[in-house]
Amino acid sequence: MPKVEKSIISNRDKIVSDLAKIVKLENILSHQDEMRPYETDALAVYTQSPMLVVLPETVKEVSEILKYCNENKIKVVPRGAGTGLSGGALPLEDCILLAMGKFNKILELDYKNRCVVTQPCVTNLAITQAVQDKGFYYAPDPSSQIACSIGGNVAENSGGVHSLKYGATTNNLLGIEIVLMDGTITRFGGKVMDSEGYDFLGLMTGSEGLLGVVTEVTVKILKTPEVIKAALIGFPSIEDAGNCVAQIIAKGCIPAGMEIMDKALLKATNDFCKAGYPTDAEAMMIIEFDGSEFEVESHIKTAEKIAQENNSSSIKTSKSNEERLKFWSGRKAAFPACGDLAPDYLCMDGSIPRGKLAEVLKEINNLSKKYKLPVANAFHAGDGNLHPLIMFDASDKDQLRRCEEFGADILKYCVKVGGALTGEHGVGIEKRELMCEAFNDTDIQQQLKIKVALDPNSLLNPGKVYPILRKCAEEGRVHVHGGKTKFPDIPRF
Amino acid sequence: MEEKQNSLTFQDFSQSVLKPETREDISLIIQECYKKNIPIEVNCLQSKKNIGRNFQAEKTLNLSNYRGIIEYKPEELYIKVKAGTSIKEIKIELDKHNQQLAFEPNDFGLLFKGNQDEGSIGGVVSCNFAGSRRFKVGSVRDHVLGFQGINGRGETIKSGGTVVKNVTGYDLSKILSGSFGTLTVLTEISIKVLPKPSSSKTLVIKNPHLMKALGYLNISLSSSSDPSGGVFYPEYFTNHFTFNDLTHEGPLTAIRIEGPKESIDHRIKNLCKELELNIDESLVLENEQSKILWEKTRTLEVFSKMKSNLLRIVVPPSETFAVIKQIKSHEPKYFIDWGGSLIWLQLDKINTKILNDIRKIVNRASGYLTAIKIEEDLKASVDIFSVDPVKYKISEKLKKSFDPKRILNPGKMYSGI
Repeated sequence: MPKVEKSIISNRDKIVSDLAKIVKLENILSHQDEMRPYETDALAVYTQSPMLVVLPETVKEVSEILKYCNENKIKVVPRGAGTGLSGGALPLEDCILLAMGKFNKILELDYKNRCVVTQPCVTNLAITQAVQDKGFYYAPDPSSQIACSIGGNVAENSGGVHSLKYGATTNNLLGIEIVLMDGTITRFGGKVMDSEGYDFLGLMTGSEGLLGVVTEVTVKILKTPEVIKAALIGFPSIEDAGNCVAQIIAKGCIPAGMEIMDKALLKATNDFCKAGYPTDAEAMMIIEFDGSEFEVESHIKTAEKIAQENNSSSIKTSKSNEERLKFWSGRKAAFPACGDLAPDYLCMDGSIPRGKLAEVLKEINNLSKKYKLPVANAFHAGDGNLHPLIMFDASDKDQLRRCEEFGADILKYCVKVGGALTGEHGVGIEKRELMCEAFNDTDIQQQLKIKVALDPNSLLNPGKVYPILRKCAEEGRVHVHGGKTKFPDIPRF
Repeated sequence: MEEKQNSLTFQDFSQSVLKPETREDISLIIQECYKKNIPIEVNCLQSKKNIGRNFQAEKTLNLSNYRGIIEYKPEELYIKVKAGTSIKEIKIELDKHNQQLAFEPNDFGLLFKGNQDEGSIGGVVSCNFAGSRRFKVGSVRDHVLGFQGINGRGETIKSGGTVVKNVTGYDLSKILSGSFGTLTVLTEISIKVLPKPSSSKTLVIKNPHLMKALGYLNISLSSSSDPSGGVFYPEYFTNHFTFNDLTHEGPLTAIRIEGPKESIDHRIKNLCKELELNIDESLVLENEQSKILWEKTRTLEVFSKMKSNLLRIVVPPSETFAVIKQIKSHEPKYFIDWGGSLIWLQLDKINTKILNDIRKIVNRASGYLTAIKIEEDLKASVDIFSVDPVKYKISEKLKKSFDPKRILNPGKMYSGI
């Protein structure tokens, strides 16, 4: 992490009194007990108490805080709901943690322009809930959607099960209001599509809180599809399942969601929540189509036919919405189910070309043997996003080391086959040192130049995303101990 | 670094128009310009060359010889091409697998040259002008999965890749889309492709006036009939829309529905009910005729060979009616795309005051205006793109981070950037 500025920490009382001129004193937290909830995000393996936590209530306050910090060279780490899986909101010892929790109101439901204007700390799901009575919804649905904030979604460019058809956050955003490190308040986009000039909205989305603090978000909303249906399909081998994915896509059927689980996870899930999955299968696919009735029926038929051609061992189509949700509920319990199998597990997040699934899973199994640690695999097959879960016991230091090396090897292999280090969890602190697997020095320097252009003193969320020293150390991934995550109630998938 | 470090192996640098065939040569040319502080115009097939500000450049880098398909993976839904590859060539390849560029880029050939010319993929990405399917599938930028390019220092940079889900580092593909070649010379682009819909039909509603038409478009886009296009053409363009099944004279609203045939029929039936249309008020254009209507829209055919000025205005759909009403005194001809949000507006007479007045009206409506085609002598004195002082300052900083000596298309978008 960046060097701790002891002079800043020793000046803490003065900073508190200065900030009290900007925000209400009760919105500045400085006692260790008050700050404890902010010590970590959902990558709970890392914890650090910040110097102070500040909870602004207005965009003017955010602007003045950032301006003050910029002038006084104080580091700022922005935080939404703190559900991120890559440590993006991990505080620094000498930082002000800018907690946006008070920006929690939906500002406007604009059906005429099919958009919602909201403050950033409204949860992802609350947007859909606010418009569903009129038959609309917000498409990106990260699995933590009951708790994660829309501002955090913008920072991480969050995806979800349906991003193959509907895109990730970046494809569903119309505008943001943002405050830059020098206190500048500006808007990128609005209620229109494709704002003119450089696409700063696109640049800010997924920038992991390094370029600005989002204070307002405008998202587009979609009409709920007429019909949604899902099918459960069992396969005798992971290769058959992988081939089936590629052929369904090649046939021109774009499903709303397409998930694969391997046998290890399938069994764990079924033991955990009796989901009625075909546990004799080596792999299972959940495929979902939405649209008009005719369209959905015709796609389901095509998918079934292709599955049969790929030796599917069982096919079950949802007869009702309840049954469809039951198919998914099992999948959503996949991660907690792993908590039953081992004291700890590490959740990885690599992206690969769909056609490389069988190859990558084979490599993961080889690595599992090499590192002598069991692994279970969940895969957003539609968009090539793989979530291997490595099981281990963190009290055994050797197992922890092997597990972390195993995880890093998986991500390196994802990059090697043409994929990416992270599909939806972000780089944060977690995969920072692996960035040089994906980018060379020139690539990283270009990105850092953009950072410097907007934040010359590198004060906003420093130490995240980009390696400080160019070393490819392999560090920890999402670490869950004893089945207890930071947010045990949130489904992770 | 893979680049050759030796002196320029490429053709004589003294030529004013340089047409390199390799990325190494493109990089060497930019390195040379960087070293010697030489501004360089970056272009390719020049189908959209007239869009943007005029600027002085000692050299021209023409990418038309840097073309070809590098990799096409239909089952992975992407195609990786060299930036100079023509859209035509890409479409021929995609046709073989029944796939398409779903963002259906506008073709400005008829407008500027009198014949269709979609230009190159590099140009299309650099301009980011998406066609009628925009509100359903996203813009050009939403389909750029990754790129490789040469920044203003002559360095090869890349971002993104070929997979749809990728949040590794800043999303530079977005910032380069619509940057008019002012930040980086694109060399390779990976584009997301999608299956072509198995069929397409268009519901045409006859003789609506503007307010009624916008109402139809709004209901359609808010319905579960899932349209993929929504336009309104006023009566003065009626002679462009005489097909076998479309013989009426007067204004028309057209709503496109795509997908499997049975699904389309069902959705059109539902939509007609929602719009409360009488039988004699509407008709349905079948596959081929439907395609013709949208092709005419994509190529801006109603403005072909037009000598006058063309503005591209985007406003929230709820503001469209008021904006057009306020501009009416300037006697424009216009049509509406993107289901009510995009106004293509032609003006016979224009001057700085008129343009500024219209821009004010558009900005007040929270929209933006780009002067696509404008009289040459006006070009130097007006803003082609809208920009406020804050965004100008940030744009200036961004430009410097990619192109510190301002050698790539300097002034193409904004004066001083």
